[in-house]
Amino acid sequence: MFILEKRPTPSRFWLYATPVVAVLLTMIAGGLLFALLGTNPFAVIKTIFWDPIFGEFAFYLRGQLLVKAGPLILIAIGLSLGFRAGIWNIGAEGQYIMGAIVGAGVGLAVYPTESRLIYPVMVIAGALGGWAWAMIPAILKTKFNTNEILVSLMLVYVAQTILAKASTGFLRNPEGAGFPGSRNFSSYKAASNPEFFAGSGLHWGGIAALVAAGLAYVLLQRHIVGFQIKLTGQAPRAAKFHGVSPNRLVMLCMGLSGALAGLAGLFEVTGPAGQISIDFNVGYGFTAIIVAFLGRLNPIGIVLAGFLMALTYVGGEMAATNMGLPAAAIQVFQGMLLFFLLGVDVLTNYRIRLLFRGTR
Amino acid sequence: MLRRTLLTTAALALGVLGAGMAQAQEKLKACFVYVGPIGDGGWTYQHHQGALAVQEKYGDKVEIQWQESVPEGADAERVLTQMALGGCKIIFTTSFGYMDATNAVAAKFPDVKFEHATGFKRDQPNVSTYNARFYEGRAVEGLIAGRMTKSNKIGYIGSFPIPEVVMGINAYYLNAKKVNPNVEVSVVWAFTWFDPAKEADAAKALIDQGVDVIASHTDSTAPLAEAAKTNGAVIGFGQASDMAEYTDGPRVTSIIDNWAPYYVERVGALLDGTYEQKDTWAGIAGGEVLIGDITEKVPAEVKAEAEKMRDDIAAGTFHPFTGPINKQDGSPWLAEGATAPDGDLLGMNFYVEGIKGDIPK
Repeated sequence: MFILEKRPTPSRFWLYATPVVAVLLTMIAGGLLFALLGTNPFAVIKTIFWDPIFGEFAFYLRGQLLVKAGPLILIAIGLSLGFRAGIWNIGAEGQYIMGAIVGAGVGLAVYPTESRLIYPVMVIAGALGGWAWAMIPAILKTKFNTNEILVSLMLVYVAQTILAKASTGFLRNPEGAGFPGSRNFSSYKAASNPEFFAGSGLHWGGIAALVAAGLAYVLLQRHIVGFQIKLTGQAPRAAKFHGVSPNRLVMLCMGLSGALAGLAGLFEVTGPAGQISIDFNVGYGFTAIIVAFLGRLNPIGIVLAGFLMALTYVGGEMAATNMGLPAAAIQVFQGMLLFFLLGVDVLTNYRIRLLFRGTR
Repeated sequence: MLRRTLLTTAALALGVLGAGMAQAQEKLKACFVYVGPIGDGGWTYQHHQGALAVQEKYGDKVEIQWQESVPEGADAERVLTQMALGGCKIIFTTSFGYMDATNAVAAKFPDVKFEHATGFKRDQPNVSTYNARFYEGRAVEGLIAGRMTKSNKIGYIGSFPIPEVVMGINAYYLNAKKVNPNVEVSVVWAFTWFDPAKEADAAKALIDQGVDVIASHTDSTAPLAEAAKTNGAVIGFGQASDMAEYTDGPRVTSIIDNWAPYYVERVGALLDGTYEQKDTWAGIAGGEVLIGDITEKVPAEVKAEAEKMRDDIAAGTFHPFTGPINKQDGSPWLAEGATAPDGDLLGMNFYVEGIKGDIPK
C-alpha cells in the first residue's frame, strides 16, 4: 500500500524535475491516445514537438511560435507574481480584452492622424485598461473581502460582452458595410504593430514579454517588494509581522498582472489579430495560468514554458491537419500537460512511501 | 548475409517510400478549414460532408485534409499558411470570419486557390467566394412558424448581427406574418457560431418569453435539445444539417446546406484546368439549399403550402422578399410587386416593418 508523507522541506529536485516529468508523461499518455485514434503516435509527437522548430516549414513556424508565446509569457509573468503571494487573478482573459479595447479605442479615436506619439499612447492606454479591469476584483477584495478568483473570472464574461458591443457598435469600422469588427490596424501605420522583419514573428509584444520577464526576475531577486511577495506566499503571518500590508500587496499584484495582460491585448490587436472583432480573444489569459505553473512561477521558467505551450499549439495544428486528428484530441493533449504537472507536483511536498502488509 | 538482407530491405523500403511520395505528389490536395468541430451536427458537419463527397467522387486523384475549430483571426492566418506550405492546392475557408485571413494568405500564395464561404472580399485573383440563399429556406420556416404558433410568438437565435443573419430574420418574419398577421418575432443574439451552452441559454430565454417556434442561426443541435425539454410545447427546425435525430422531438423540418455539388464542381474544375475565379450564390433552385422532410406534426394542408412555396421558389415564380415591404422605421424599401435586388440583401442592415427591437450596434 502507498502512503503520502509530507516532506520536512520541499524537494528541490522535484521542483525542477516536475515539468520535465510532466511533459514526458504527457507524451506517453498522449501517444497512447493518438494510437487509439489510429495514428502513428511517434509521428504525431514528432510533428508537435520537432517539426515546428526543425521541420520543413520551420522558417515560417518558428516565427509563429514567437507570435503565440509572446502574449502567453507576458500575461503569465504578471500572474506569477500574484500566484506567489497567494493572490489568484483568474481573469487575465478579461483584462487582456479590456486592454485591447481601450488601447485600440485610443488609436481609432485619432484615425487617420499619423504621428509617432500615437503608438506609445496606445500602449499606455492598453496597460491602463487591463489595470483598471483588474482593480475591480482587487478593490472588492480589499474593501469587502470578496473572493478575487470568482470576481475576476466572472469579469471575463462581462469583458466579452463589451467586446461584442465594441465590434458591432462603438468601435465598428464605419466603412465596413455593417459587418462587425473595427478598422484593421495593418492599414493604419501610426497605430500598427507589424513584425520587425517579415516572417520573424517578432513584434513589440515579444520584446515586452522578454523585458517583463527580466524585470520580474530582478524584482523577485533584488527588490524588497519581491521579497514581500515571496514571504506572503510562504508564510502570511510572518509577512504581517514583517510589516507587509496584505491589501497593498493585493492591489499591486492584481494591478501588475492586469496591466501586463492589457499590454498583451494591445500588442495582439494592433499586431497579429489586426482588429477588434467578436472573436478577438482566443484564451491566452486562461492558457497563461498553465504557463505560469508550468514555469514554476519563475520568470525564466515561464519564458521556457511559454515556448513549450506555443509548440503544442502550432505543432498541434500541424498534427491535426496532416494526420487528420480531431481538434479535441489536441486540446486533451494540452489538458494532460496541466493534469500531469499538478499530479507530479505532489512529489515536491510529499514523498511516496511503500508500506508492506505486516511491517507495522 | 545479414548486412545484405538489411541493405536490401532498406532499399526496398526506400523504393516503396519513394513510390509512395511520387504518388502523393500527383494527388491534388483539397483542404478545408472549419470554424467548429465536425461533430457539431450542423454547419461544420455539412461542410465536411461536402469534403467527403469530393474524396468519394475523385478517389485517388484527390487527397483531402481539414482542420477543425480554427478561431477566426490570427490563428486562421497561420492555419491557412501551414496548409498552403503543406501543398494544398485549393483551400475552402468555411466561415465568414476567415475573410481577411483568406485574402491575406492568398496574396502570398498566388498558385493556391482559395474559396471563402459567405464572404464578399475577392481582393486577389485566386480568391473565389460562395454562399447559399439560406433566406429561401427561412421563408419556408417562417410560413410553418406562422401557421403552427399558438402563442403567436416565434423566436430566432441570431449568431452575429451581420447581413446574412438579418436577412434570415426578415425572411422568417415576413413569411410568417403573411399567413398569420398577429405573429411577433423575438430575436436573441448568441454572439457565437458554435457554443452549445450559449445556444441552449438563448433557446431557454426565448421559451421563457412564451415563444413556441424557434429557428436558429447557430451551428449546433443545442436549441433543438432545449426545445425537446418542453414535451412538445415548443417546435424548432434543423439548422444547416437535417438534424433528423430530433424528428421524433421538436424538429418539424430543416434547412440543409448542401455544399457537396459546389465542392465537387470546383475541385473538378481545378483537376481538368477549367477553374476560374467566381462568386456563387445558389439556393433551392441550384440544390444548395434543401428543405428536410416535413414531419407529421405539421398538418397536411400546412405541409402542402410549405412544399408549394419551396417549389415556387425553385421555379423562380416566388421571391421571399416581394414588395410592398417597408423598413422598420416605416420608410419604403420595396414597391408593390418588386423583388429584392441581391445587393440590398447582401448588405442588409435593417429590420423590416413590424419587427420589434434593434439590431445590436
